[in-house]
Amino acid sequence: MHQEFRISSGGFIDRSKEISFIFNGKKYYGYRGDTLASALLANGIHLIGRSFKYHRPRGIFAAGVEDANGKVQLYKDNITEPNVNVTEVELVEGLRIESQNCWPSVDFDVGGINNFFSRFFPAGFYYKTFMWPKSFWYHVYEPFIRKAAGMGKAPLDPDPDRYEHQYEHCDILVVGSGPSGIASALSAAKNGARVILAEDKSRFGGSLLTDNVTIGNKNGDEWVEDSIAELESMPNVTVRKRSQVFGYYDHNMLVMFERCKDHLKNPAPYTPRQRLWYIRAKHVIISTGSIERPLIFANNDRPGIMLANSAREYLKVYGVLTGKNPIVFTNNDTAYETAIEFKAKGINTIILDTRKSSNAGVVQEAKNLGIEIKFNHGIANTSGYKKVNSATIGELNNTKDGYKNLQTLPCDSIFVSGNWTPTVHLASQSGNKLKYEVETDTFLPHQSRQKETVIGSANGSFTLKESLADGFKKGFQISDEITKNSKELSVPLSYEKDFRSHDKFWCMPLPNNKNHKRFVDFQNDVAVSDIQLAVREGFRSIEHVKRYTTLGMATDQGKTSNLNGLQLVSDLEKKIVPEVGHTTFRPPYTSVTIGTLIGREVGKNYQATRKSPMHEWHEKNNAVFVDAGLWLRPRYYNRGEETLHEASIREALNVRQNVGICDVTSLGKIDIKGKDSAEFLNRVYTNAFLKLPVGKARYGVMLREDGMVFDDGTTTRISENHFHMTTTTAQAANVLSHLEYYLQVVWPELDVNVVSTTEQWAGMAIAGPNSRALLKKLFPHDDVSNEGFPFMGFKEFKFKNITARVFRISFSGELAFEVNVMSDYGEEMWNEIMLLGEDLGIQPYGTEALSTLRIEMGHVAGSEIDGRTIAYDLSLEGMLSQKKDFIGKRSLTRKAFAEKDREKIVGVVPLDKKTSIPEGSYLVENAKASFPNPKLGHVSASCWSVEYDNPFSLAIIKDGKNRKGEKLFAVSPLKNIVIPVEIISQHYVDPEGKRVRS
Amino acid sequence: MLEIKCPYCGNRSQNEFAYGGDATVKRPELNSVISDQEWDEFVYYRKNPRGNHLELWHHVSGCRQWFKVFRNTATHEIIQTMEMKENP
Repeated sequence: MHQEFRISSGGFIDRSKEISFIFNGKKYYGYRGDTLASALLANGIHLIGRSFKYHRPRGIFAAGVEDANGKVQLYKDNITEPNVNVTEVELVEGLRIESQNCWPSVDFDVGGINNFFSRFFPAGFYYKTFMWPKSFWYHVYEPFIRKAAGMGKAPLDPDPDRYEHQYEHCDILVVGSGPSGIASALSAAKNGARVILAEDKSRFGGSLLTDNVTIGNKNGDEWVEDSIAELESMPNVTVRKRSQVFGYYDHNMLVMFERCKDHLKNPAPYTPRQRLWYIRAKHVIISTGSIERPLIFANNDRPGIMLANSAREYLKVYGVLTGKNPIVFTNNDTAYETAIEFKAKGINTIILDTRKSSNAGVVQEAKNLGIEIKFNHGIANTSGYKKVNSATIGELNNTKDGYKNLQTLPCDSIFVSGNWTPTVHLASQSGNKLKYEVETDTFLPHQSRQKETVIGSANGSFTLKESLADGFKKGFQISDEITKNSKELSVPLSYEKDFRSHDKFWCMPLPNNKNHKRFVDFQNDVAVSDIQLAVREGFRSIEHVKRYTTLGMATDQGKTSNLNGLQLVSDLEKKIVPEVGHTTFRPPYTSVTIGTLIGREVGKNYQATRKSPMHEWHEKNNAVFVDAGLWLRPRYYNRGEETLHEASIREALNVRQNVGICDVTSLGKIDIKGKDSAEFLNRVYTNAFLKLPVGKARYGVMLREDGMVFDDGTTTRISENHFHMTTTTAQAANVLSHLEYYLQVVWPELDVNVVSTTEQWAGMAIAGPNSRALLKKLFPHDDVSNEGFPFMGFKEFKFKNITARVFRISFSGELAFEVNVMSDYGEEMWNEIMLLGEDLGIQPYGTEALSTLRIEMGHVAGSEIDGRTIAYDLSLEGMLSQKKDFIGKRSLTRKAFAEKDREKIVGVVPLDKKTSIPEGSYLVENAKASFPNPKLGHVSASCWSVEYDNPFSLAIIKDGKNRKGEKLFAVSPLKNIVIPVEIISQHYVDPEGKRVRS
Repeated sequence: MLEIKCPYCGNRSQNEFAYGGDATVKRPELNSVISDQEWDEFVYYRKNPRGNHLELWHHVSGCRQWFKVFRNTATHEIIQTMEMKENP
């Protein structure tokens, strides 16, 4: 299909592979090797979207990541992505793009009216206008601003793509594959270093793809091709294109994302869309090149106005003419090359140069070709609403603050060049202190903080000869420090054109009595007048000017605007740029998808899933699982049409009446050995452990040093110097770290070893009045009587050839035993228990029933041991030994901990004995009091008591000790519920604890 | 992300470790009689120096050893790492 602005030959695209795409509902064609930007331009499309604030028409301004305007909504295979830059998307079949930030369409945008009222939208407009009345912010202003100013539409569906993470180590990471980057990579690789060379674009070579140069006896692009082929063949080199190094962190850790899939026609299944690389490099060579700076003039933002070097890139790489009647507007020599390249394709340009003259070779070449050059000229204004159609130009007066005469030149494009800005982002991120070079008006790397070296034009070396020499030399020197191979390559001879000077003049005066906008930051619509206003209003710090005007805060992060903004502030303040300083360069250098950052850690893969050895049995028996930390635990076992509530009551009641079995594998288990074990436990727990007899378990409470209860559990003395500790499921890992800390850091003299055995033991609790009868069937030859195996006893029994550790401990408050066997025998043991328990009425019970049983017994758990409660609050003060010191004891003498009316745990029942109290409800004296209603305490856990068949809750309440019998209200503003309640004892069932001892 | 040399395992990335605070803080002896002030100093008060700092790290996703790291908090330079019994 005809592409009006595509030339018939040249460039790196494949004209035999035509690819269609849809832009704003209309079908267009491009070629394989195009970006969306080059394909749009080949069809003469410059208008892409509307600007953020004034909704002005905007077009493609550059050819790479520095483009600030070309943001679109991208659709492919029913997936959408907002704020995609057309300069960064490679053309493949099936792309559909739509303009953003405009309604109803990019050609007719209602928001464009903002442009006519632009004098009412100065810097700080939002801060100044939308402050009053305060209540309007949420309901009127913000929704309106969001809608008017929003960028693209966020996708609503989960991301179907796959993203991966990869870790890599290397000797030298080279970022950027321009002449200096390739030179240093070659030099270092040949000297034996392990090298990674990363290129952001889809082609290697950087400026060598567009510049008329030779290296050795090859053209620039041929040298690139051969050098890359050589690097790729070396086993010590990794070469990656489509890979953007976007962050430089401490200890030479860099992050890079690689685009793996979007450019492929038929990607293999499971190809990741993007891959995030964490690269730890011994040394980093930053050869990221430089970005052309715009010139500032009235209405410099119209579609058709773009950077001169970008116009050359579209021509040389993509065979696209970005204009057929262009004006080249420059303050330096480099833009002349664009005019020369266009001339070679038969397009005549006029060059406007702000300088009085230039004696560079390239200027002479342009003259010789007959290209019209107007020195000492500037552009005073432009016109053309959706695309530039003429420029008002004039000769600059002697003071360069006005024009001698003005004339109008018709044109279809303007290529601007305001000199070059080295891309120092990565160097700055690594901590390099930049210095300002007045000569070139640039910030250059100066003092490295980490092992990083900046070369090429990123370091201010703007000639090929310098860049190559620097690349080969630094590549050798840096690699030789690592490899000591002393193999140095010679620098090839090179030829390039002669570029020399630039003018320090870059911001054109306005025509007399005119008030046109001269844009500095395109995407955020920051104009010269906004920066002037900010300085007039007293903003001095460049960081404040940035935030007040939003200069450089758009998605392009000011790649083309920051330095111009800085220079403007410097001029206004009559300072030089280094005194004004620069804003901080922060990662990421370019936009990175959230998917890439997260990688494979999504959904269930976010964390590991831990399953008990009996998990399959639970699955087969209709368990409904619940996440308990990383563990999956049965919440209840579903029977027929039962609800969660019904099932949990059935299971809990069966424990109270017959016998139940519960998987308790997830409880933390720590094996403790060594001759000082008892002494150690005596310090860790608040109660005494020194004299715990062998074969006995003891309930223990441990505190943090600040006196708060940390965890509880039972610890059993297996033999004289061997203990088995259990922790709560939630705190298992923290308790182990806590023990290791005290053993290794505080009391290294103690001879104790601790190791987690949580996964080595399968745990099952057998609870209920029939549990002893069941145990007797399981171990018929052993004494399981109350006398032979009393409460808190421990025994090792043999079942077939399986050794079972049996503890007579109880969380449910019933007569209960806990059986531990090695994990591999867990399911066998569980099956045996189910079989033998059948005629005793055994049923498995899940965490919901487990909670019910412990709540109505008044046992505390994680919802009470929440890191804010001391032993007294939990009615565990009896566990505090008066005779010995322990971790956290000294804190308990703090005044607040000894207050007589401290919070204390109580039981709560609703007066109507029907209404369940939501967990988290507040307890108050007067339900009708005005806010803030004084809170007495909160409901920590609620259940349906199976013993009494009515709701019961635990609460922690101020002066709980003296409140038994009080009538209060439980309020849950979240659910809009008020429930009259009575405060009772926390021990609702079996307060004397007879059952566990029966 | 820092690269930390565990004295037992060698160089590893920071995400294998947990930070453990100031390594120069000494827990008061058990059963010692100390003022509220001294106890509070131990439990709550920590310096936040800009510059060199001797700190504890735990190789929690590795060998599970606690050890000392002598680190510059401003530059993140790790000057030295050592076992608990050693000092810089």
